[in-house]
Amino acid sequence: MTATLQRESRSRTRVWSVFALPGIGWLIGFFLISVYAVMAVAFGSADPFLKTAIPAWNPLEWDFTTMSDVLDEVFTGYLRKVFVRTFAFVGLALVGCIAIGYPVAYYAARKAGRRKGLLLAALVLPFWISYLMRMLAWTNLLQPDGLVNQFIGWFGLPDDRTWLDGEWHTVVIGLIYGYVPFFILPLYSTLERIDGRFIEAGRDLGASSFQTFLRVTLPLSVPGLMAASVVTILPMFGDYYTNSYLTSGSPKTEMVGNQVEYYLRIVGQPQRGASLVLVLMAMLFVLMVYYMVTTIRQQKAADR
Amino acid sequence: MNPLRRKHGSAPVLAMITWVYVLWSLLPILVAVRISLNDGRSRSSFQPMSFRWYWGDPTASLWHDDSMHTALFNTLRLAALTMLVATPIGVAMALGLQRWRGKTSNAANGLMLVPIVTPEIVFGVALFLVFSQLYTGVPDGITRQLLGHVTFTISFVVVIIRSRLAAIGTQYEEAARDLGASRLQAIRLVLLPLLAPAIFASVMVVFATSVDDFVISSFLSTGESTETVPIKIYAGSRASSTPALNALATVMLFITLTAVGLAAALLKAIQRRGGEEPDSGSGLASLSG
Repeated sequence: MTATLQRESRSRTRVWSVFALPGIGWLIGFFLISVYAVMAVAFGSADPFLKTAIPAWNPLEWDFTTMSDVLDEVFTGYLRKVFVRTFAFVGLALVGCIAIGYPVAYYAARKAGRRKGLLLAALVLPFWISYLMRMLAWTNLLQPDGLVNQFIGWFGLPDDRTWLDGEWHTVVIGLIYGYVPFFILPLYSTLERIDGRFIEAGRDLGASSFQTFLRVTLPLSVPGLMAASVVTILPMFGDYYTNSYLTSGSPKTEMVGNQVEYYLRIVGQPQRGASLVLVLMAMLFVLMVYYMVTTIRQQKAADR
Repeated sequence: MNPLRRKHGSAPVLAMITWVYVLWSLLPILVAVRISLNDGRSRSSFQPMSFRWYWGDPTASLWHDDSMHTALFNTLRLAALTMLVATPIGVAMALGLQRWRGKTSNAANGLMLVPIVTPEIVFGVALFLVFSQLYTGVPDGITRQLLGHVTFTISFVVVIIRSRLAAIGTQYEEAARDLGASRLQAIRLVLLPLLAPAIFASVMVVFATSVDDFVISSFLSTGESTETVPIKIYAGSRASSTPALNALATVMLFITLTAVGLAAALLKAIQRRGGEEPDSGSGLASLSG
């Protein structure tokens, strides 16, 4: 469709760059430079009396002592526990998202039939509901005399459980509840696009429907599974409000994001906070690049 | 027809999991709404209904508690301004990136995608530090929050508009140019009307993203006068709070769903008038890859 445009020489398409300039300028000014500011603060110094940050804008003046302190703590010190916990929470929540999200996406994409429209509306609805309102709802439900305890009481289970005092399972359930809608949609769109004839062929060649699922549908859905996982893992690693909200800020459920907030806003050690943000970014770098590369490939495919 | 479609209904276990999930995802919200109507102070069980926490209570209700409606007003103002600034910049950027070829364009496209994959805490800290260390002249509070929200949402607009642009192609514009329209006329008279559904979708996504944002608003907030609804809800977990918090969240939910519903209805009306096939949810679908 863009054949004519492609025939135009590159210099002629440059006219269009004018349209992109305001956006590019904005993203350089407020995004790239902001990220650079994190580096300047992390590798800068602190005022000896006021403890405020003195950023080093010139990379030649960068000082890596705070960063190496932070890395030491990440690998051997106090922060290690926090990182291990963050990985554990995100990992468990991802398993939960797959366990719930895959069947739901599969059903919506391939089996829902007449009710598909209604189901899709229900699956998209959480997108329009504020995340913190959804968490607020859980703090209502999980109070000691709340509906969850009443509900499990009907099954003869002890109905005096505490949920909101720093229990790790509350945080994992909260993360799953919060992020599973974001997991379902990309997976749904991949499963929906799988050509039914492949599945039919599997069945015709004598495979049971379960075997067909394992050998045909599942492998074909891997790109969607990856995209869905990346889309949920990235924000979960930076999440500090779900755990803190659901456990009233209990230190027993602290994640990396809580430490960042603590250094920056509570004790006023911006250098440490900024260094920790850089560690987090470095950890997530591969996932971020993966998402960008697949998105660019899709854009190119759509243009052809 | 796809032969698999014949067999739907033959997956009772999957159907059950799916509908239980739907219940699980939505019932808590209904419970929270119901609790906002409690006549008593309980935030966990159902009490007789009243509008005490909306306007009845003389001090703590939504209507009488200044900090509550300040938060509501701040949230809506921030979202409205973000929509006004981010949408035109994003639409223009999408058009530019879609049509302009070359290395610089590819780099700009890459830059545009980074904010989407950046965890919010990184975003929040980066903006917090750049405003406190470099752009110190920018007035704090709402101005900084607005600049932050625009930075955070431009890329969503670009992704939604670009996928629509790829689907539209260039033949309509070329026809207009052949008939004597200038490049800008072709954009204004032909392309923009065709883009209208996607622009609508991106406006709604920007609105919902801005209204939902906690991290960036919170890092750039300077106290009660710049609190938004999510900040207020978050703060409520530590302070001893009342169902007024639920009332606040419920009003916000009502406003968002009404706006989204109106936008969807309007969109359908436009498409019907234009004789186009309604393509529902194209915006969100393109965002989720």
